[in-house]
Amino acid sequence: MTGVMDPSMLYRQLLLIRRCEERLSTLFADGLVPGFIHLSIGQEAVSVGIISQLRTDDTVASTHRGHGHALAKGLPLEGFFAELLGREGGLCRGRGGSMHVADMDIGMLGANGIVGAGASIALGSALAHKTLGRDAIAAVVFGDGALAEGLVHETLNMAKLLTAPLLIICENNGWSEFSPTDRQIAFTLGGLASAYGIRYEEVDGNNVTAVHEAATPMIAHVRGGGGPVILECRTTRVRGHYEGDAQKYRDSDEIDSLAERDPIRIAADALRAGGAADAALTAIADSVEQEIDVALTAARAGPEPDFTAARADVYSPVAA
Amino acid sequence: MSTLGYGRAVNRALADAMEADPSVVVWGEDIAAAGGSFGATRGLLDRFGSTRVVDMPISEAAIAGAATGAALSGLRPVIEIMFMDFTTLVMDALVNQAAKARFMFGGQRSVPLVLRTPHGGGVNAGPQHSQCLEAWFAHVPGLKVVCPSDAASAYGLLRAAIDDPDPVIFIEHKALYATKSDFPEDPQPMRLGEAAIARPGRDLTIVSYGGAVHTALSAAVELAADGIEAEVIDLRSIQPWDEAAVLASVARTHHLVVVHEAVEMFGVGAEIAARIADIGFDELDGPIVRVGAPFMPVPFARALEIAYLPDAARIIAAARRAID
Repeated sequence: MTGVMDPSMLYRQLLLIRRCEERLSTLFADGLVPGFIHLSIGQEAVSVGIISQLRTDDTVASTHRGHGHALAKGLPLEGFFAELLGREGGLCRGRGGSMHVADMDIGMLGANGIVGAGASIALGSALAHKTLGRDAIAAVVFGDGALAEGLVHETLNMAKLLTAPLLIICENNGWSEFSPTDRQIAFTLGGLASAYGIRYEEVDGNNVTAVHEAATPMIAHVRGGGGPVILECRTTRVRGHYEGDAQKYRDSDEIDSLAERDPIRIAADALRAGGAADAALTAIADSVEQEIDVALTAARAGPEPDFTAARADVYSPVAA
Repeated sequence: MSTLGYGRAVNRALADAMEADPSVVVWGEDIAAAGGSFGATRGLLDRFGSTRVVDMPISEAAIAGAATGAALSGLRPVIEIMFMDFTTLVMDALVNQAAKARFMFGGQRSVPLVLRTPHGGGVNAGPQHSQCLEAWFAHVPGLKVVCPSDAASAYGLLRAAIDDPDPVIFIEHKALYATKSDFPEDPQPMRLGEAAIARPGRDLTIVSYGGAVHTALSAAVELAADGIEAEVIDLRSIQPWDEAAVLASVARTHHLVVVHEAVEMFGVGAEIAARIADIGFDELDGPIVRVGAPFMPVPFARALEIAYLPDAARIIAAARRAID
């Protein structure tokens, strides 16, 4: 998805990501998704509000909680599901799974299993855009937990020094894995941005319209050669660090209160306030379910990956 | 044939690669204005400009991570890490990102980056500026590891490494920078993974790479004086290594010694010895003997470092054990 979208399309994107992850949650509970998955339920407005505005040639490096980022960048749904299910038809042929979904042709440089690692990868991608004279930009998404990683600090310094066309997005959900971030981070990102001299904005990350409006001038600044910017999105992690995490470390009142800030509810209310009929919202929901059904059915029917082909793909083919 | 310095050969390979391909960039600490700690990038800034020859802050992890992202996005970055010891700081980018990107993304993209770095002792640089850590990288699927022994192979292998679609660790020996050796009039890229016979011989095969090739050649001269003709194989590439060339040599000599400056234990020599013992067992008429540094940090003081570094005497002793 690229370009500026109207509110009902933003709503549809939010719903698509939510419903995909809800399906994944069920499939995971049924033992059909191997490995670990980290869901971004409650955080969808960040992906949709920012990444859906990027162009296909813009590049994004993501995190372990990256399904929303990937889908907002435009990953084909069937290839996405097939990857998470470990099928040959997966975008990465079943080699990477949830933590490594990528689609280079549309600038999705991959989710990442290493906290903070996407920052320097996106920096390098930004420098490639600049060096090669392209007006594409690179974006990195990381969570507040990544603020404790040294690599993120190195990246901020280098991005500023080299005026890299880098959009830095912090999804601040208040949790660093199993610990509240205020017990992990001694500083604020706004204060850090100031120290590096990087333009900074903070936005309600659960309001897709607000995120979208905050991101538009930031993206224009980066694309115009103004150097890196940081957009901190205050958001909510509804599920555990990973699926299966019972979240015993969280207060049940806190989890219950998250419904008030549900980005889907906020977007739906805004659409209704703007005159949208309930029937229109239902139609969007139905079309999302249908799209997911088709993709998931096809993905599940696909073959298992071939070990010999995987084994042969560690290095590039040797030129004759 | 004329001669050229090892460091000058690296410099010329970088310049020729940049001339041939505008997507080649050189990034590192003090590599632009200062020309590199060992002078390998001298003159590149003036010739190719600050867009392609970029001084980076002392942030090895971010330099390597950025090189990975850049390589996925259309550049062919060549990064310099000032001493191989500092590659401890780039391990995530290399091991978890660059090495795996092609595989774990289903072959969507290759990662054409080169990390140049000097290893080795002999200049009293102490425990954190002298290590030979090539075995770590050779152990990681997805990385290639190259280690030239002279100017001609430094040029040919670096050109090949930069042309290569996959991430290559290009290891220079800091004691070789000032040495001169034969250099062809019209140097060409060499094939990665191909060894060279540095000295032919019929009685014993000595396999080595990098600076240790010269120690092995010195030992071969002394052995020849005793009537033992050692064949010295310069591996040039460590990952992949030229198993066929080593096996063919062992099939002629029936004895094998593997020599490197890195610590012997769990080293490159262990892999070569194990593999040849497996596939070449019927050719062997004696034990495969390894020569490497003792299992200890590289010491600083002259007397200590001299005692630490594998020398010709140790290779000769190993050769006699292999043959007896």
